[in-house]
Parts: sequence; structure tokens; C-alpha cells
Amino acid sequence: MRREAPQKLSDYGPLFFPAMMLIVFFVVPFATMIAVSFFQRQQGGFYVPAFQFANYERFLSLFFANVLGFSLMLAVTVAICCVLLAVPFTYLLTRMTRKVQIVWLVALLSVLSLSEVIIGFAWSTLFSRTAGITNLLVMAGIMSEAKALLPSFGAVLTGMVYQAFPYTVLVLYPALVRLDPTLTEAARTLGASPIKAFFTVVVPALRNTITATLIMVFIFALGSYLLPQLLGRPQHWTLSVLITDQAIYQSNMPFAAAMAVFLVLVTLGLVALTVLAGRKGEAA
Amino acid sequence: MTGALSKVYFFLIGLFLALPMIVVAGVSVNAKQTLAFPPKGFSLSWYGEIFLNPEWRNALFASLTLAILSAALAVAIALPLAWFLWRRIAPWANIFQLLGIAPFTLPPVITALGLLTFWATTGFYGQPWTAVVSHAIFFVTLPLVTLSLGFTAIDRSLVEAAATMGADDKTIFRTVVLPLILPYIVSGYAFAFVLSLNEYIVAYMTVGFTMETLPIKIFNALRYGYTPTMASVTILFVATAAIIFSLVARFGDLPKLLGAMSSDDT
Repeated sequence: MRREAPQKLSDYGPLFFPAMMLIVFFVVPFATMIAVSFFQRQQGGFYVPAFQFANYERFLSLFFANVLGFSLMLAVTVAICCVLLAVPFTYLLTRMTRKVQIVWLVALLSVLSLSEVIIGFAWSTLFSRTAGITNLLVMAGIMSEAKALLPSFGAVLTGMVYQAFPYTVLVLYPALVRLDPTLTEAARTLGASPIKAFFTVVVPALRNTITATLIMVFIFALGSYLLPQLLGRPQHWTLSVLITDQAIYQSNMPFAAAMAVFLVLVTLGLVALTVLAGRKGEAA
Repeated sequence: MTGALSKVYFFLIGLFLALPMIVVAGVSVNAKQTLAFPPKGFSLSWYGEIFLNPEWRNALFASLTLAILSAALAVAIALPLAWFLWRRIAPWANIFQLLGIAPFTLPPVITALGLLTFWATTGFYGQPWTAVVSHAIFFVTLPLVTLSLGFTAIDRSLVEAAATMGADDKTIFRTVVLPLILPYIVSGYAFAFVLSLNEYIVAYMTVGFTMETLPIKIFNALRYGYTPTMASVTILFVATAAIIFSLVARFGDLPKLLGAMSSDDT
């Protein structure tokens, strides 16, 4: 049976249920959210249909500019840290035996699937005064007394790198597995040290993959909605935290929706960039 | 020299990944209700608490029910779609593939907010079943990706042979395609199940005020002060995820599922 175009209407049958579900429960909600972003808020958490740009005009405030600037800066920092840590790690991982690889992949998947609530709880425990890492340092005699390391920017950054690192490795993994091993072998035969071969042969060959990964991890980090809240101070809140806060605690759905639409536009712009980078990579 | 260096590097990364879990595991065995590390005394009673305390037990049941049902629904959406895209030449139908991948690619808060406005507008806000549908849509990406991978791995000449022998579409699906695709259905289900179990924001925005799943329960408990039960639940979650992914690796080809070509087809 060859792959063929649908002949009769009934050939479309299998498509009916998935298409209906995705349209009703993804496309329609998305459209609802865009509509609500133009609605007018009423006291008590409700909103009435309207067509106004007031929710978008609030973006023009200094406060919002600061939040946006901080969110982008934080996501970029997380993406750079993760890629710096993950590229050599993934490269070495793909050179290991299959069995070792599987153990690491299972561990990475387990961390990746953890909820932000759990990651936030785990790191806030680790950074706390009573149960934190400083207690170990006190026991080792390095510090004189235990202290809390949060809330702080460092805590937010650590938590987010922890969350995004397994994702970064899994994004890099397929590209690095397919990397031709003869490339490094050739460099080694010509007398390059393994580290030199890595930086002069592997990294340049992966330039496009690394760019695409940076953008994907950036988007992933932009979506972090709890860690800045659990590990940082209010000035460390990101756009995602603010959206959650407006929607749930301030009950200002129209403004939350407007911010979400804005976040989608930023994300889509970046996805377009990724695709473009990928195309260029294939052409080269 | 470099061998030793890479060993040190792997050890440090492993330590970074494991450290929070080691501390949390330590906290979870405290004898009294304190968050101390190293633990003061030893007791497994905080693990019993998950099952004995009705609040935690209800949250556990809510989370399990949600994960079992939503992962099944996600597979039910992904399977016919992946099959259709493999069986037919219909370029415009790829739009549904894109729609299936979008909810997972966008920042989760966006999918959550979209669903929140949708359920609020349609008047179903707060009903437990809305969380099942919401999670199924949010995680449909996972079975869709594994199944698409599974279908591309099927040798079309097998299917053609069955067709030449006179089997119709239904018979071919049941006797040839389904057995070949089954491992991918299972792993797609497993991925969606584990992620649904851990998911917080979509569940919170859709049913957060009427139902408590475990992540919601942990978050609510965080705001009213810490108890070691949160630590024991965390360890339970990590262990569950590790066991399920190990099973997937044991019965399937994990590197291939994650996008690496297996050694025999390169």
C-alpha cells in the first residue's frame, strides 16, 4: 500500500477526532485569550466585551519595561550558562557506551519532568539556613555559621539553570550523536590535543546547532513561571510570573491576556529565527 | 589526562543534578516536623503521611487519575493524526501536526491562560474533567512526536505485502501497523503520564480552586510553612519518573526515541 492522497470523504475519517480536539481546545482558547486581551476589566474579577487598547498601553510604563528587560536578560543568561555547560557534556556523553548513555538519559529525563514547584522547593531547601548547603560547609569548617542564600538573583539563576540543563542536553543530543567521529579523529591524527580538536573542529561544525539551541533554551527559560517567585525577590519576577500573578491573584484577566499575547509574539519571532538559522545550516 | 578531566566534569554535573534531591531526601527522613539537614533522627513516617493523611492522599489520587486519563486522551488524539499523516499525502494536514506541537513549545503560562479564559467563557471553569482535556492538549506533543518517529521506522514494503495479499486498511492496521507501533504508543503514553503528574500551572489555572493535585498541594503547603511531607512527596515523584523512564529504556530504544538513529539503521 503506497502513500496516496485521500480519495473519498471517508478517508479523512481518522483526522476528524484529532482535528476537532485541537481546534476546539487549542485554537479556540487561543483566540478567546486574544479577544479577552482587548476586553475591559470590571471590578470583582470579571470583564466585559469591548475593543480597547488600554491593556496594551500599560506596556509603555517604566515598570513594565523593567520587567521585560529583566526577563529577557535572565533568559539569555540561563541559555548561555546551559549551553556552555551542556555542549561539552553532551559531546562527551555521545562518545560513551550505550549503557552509560541510557543511565544518564534516564536521569536527565527524570529531572526534566520535575514540576517547577518541586524544583523550587528543592532549591529553596538547599539554600535555606536550617537545611541548606551552608550546614555542610559549617561541618567542614569552611564557614562559621549557616545562613540563608535566598532570596537572591543567584538562587533564581541556579534554579533555572538546573531546570533548563536537561532540556539543553536533550536538544543537543541528536545533532551530536550524528556528528561524524572521523572529523575529530582526523584532527587528532594531525596532532591536535582532544581539547583543541573539540574547540577547533567540533564547535565550528556545530555552530548552527548551538545557535538554534541557544534560542530554544531562551524560550524555555522565558516560560519559567514559579522559580523567580520562589527563589527571588519581587524585582526578580519575570513576565511569566507577572502573567500568572495578574490572572490569578489580581484577577485582571484582560491585562494578563495582553501580556500573554505579547509573550507569544516574542516567542514566535524567536521560533522564526530558529527556523531561519536551521535553513541556513542545511544550505551550508 | 583528558579522560580524568571528563570524569571530574561528569561527576560535578551529576552532583549538581543530584544535590537538591540528596538534601530533600535527607529532610524527608527527619524524626520530627523540622526541615533539618543533616536530618535529626530517622523516620519514614513522612512517607506514610502521603497515604495516611487524607489531604495528601486525595491529592495523590487526583494527580494519578488526572495523569492516567489525560495521557490516554493525548494518545487517542495523537495516534489517528500520526497514522493519517503517514498513510496519506495531504500536505495541508500538516497544520494539525504543527498545532499539536505548539502548546508544548510556547511558554506554558500561555497555554494555561488560553485554557483558563476558554473554560471561564464556556462556563465549565473548575470542573475536574476540564483538567483532563487541558492536560491532554498540553501534552499531546509527546505521543505525537514519538508516534511520528515510530511510523517513519515502519518498513512500507511490509504494509504493501499485506495489501497485495488482499488485506484492507483496517486489517493492516490491526495486524501489521499496530504491533510495530505499540512500543511508541507505550513510550508516548509514559512521557505524557509523567509530565502530567508533575504539571502545575495548567492544572492550577483550570481547576486550582476546586481540586488539589499533588503539585498544587505542595505549592499551597509551601505558602503556609514547610512540612517534611513535601520532601517525601518530592522523592516519591523523582523515583516514579526514574522508574518509568528506566522501563521505557528497558523495553524501547531510548536514544532513538530522543532523536538519535539507532546503530543498525545508519
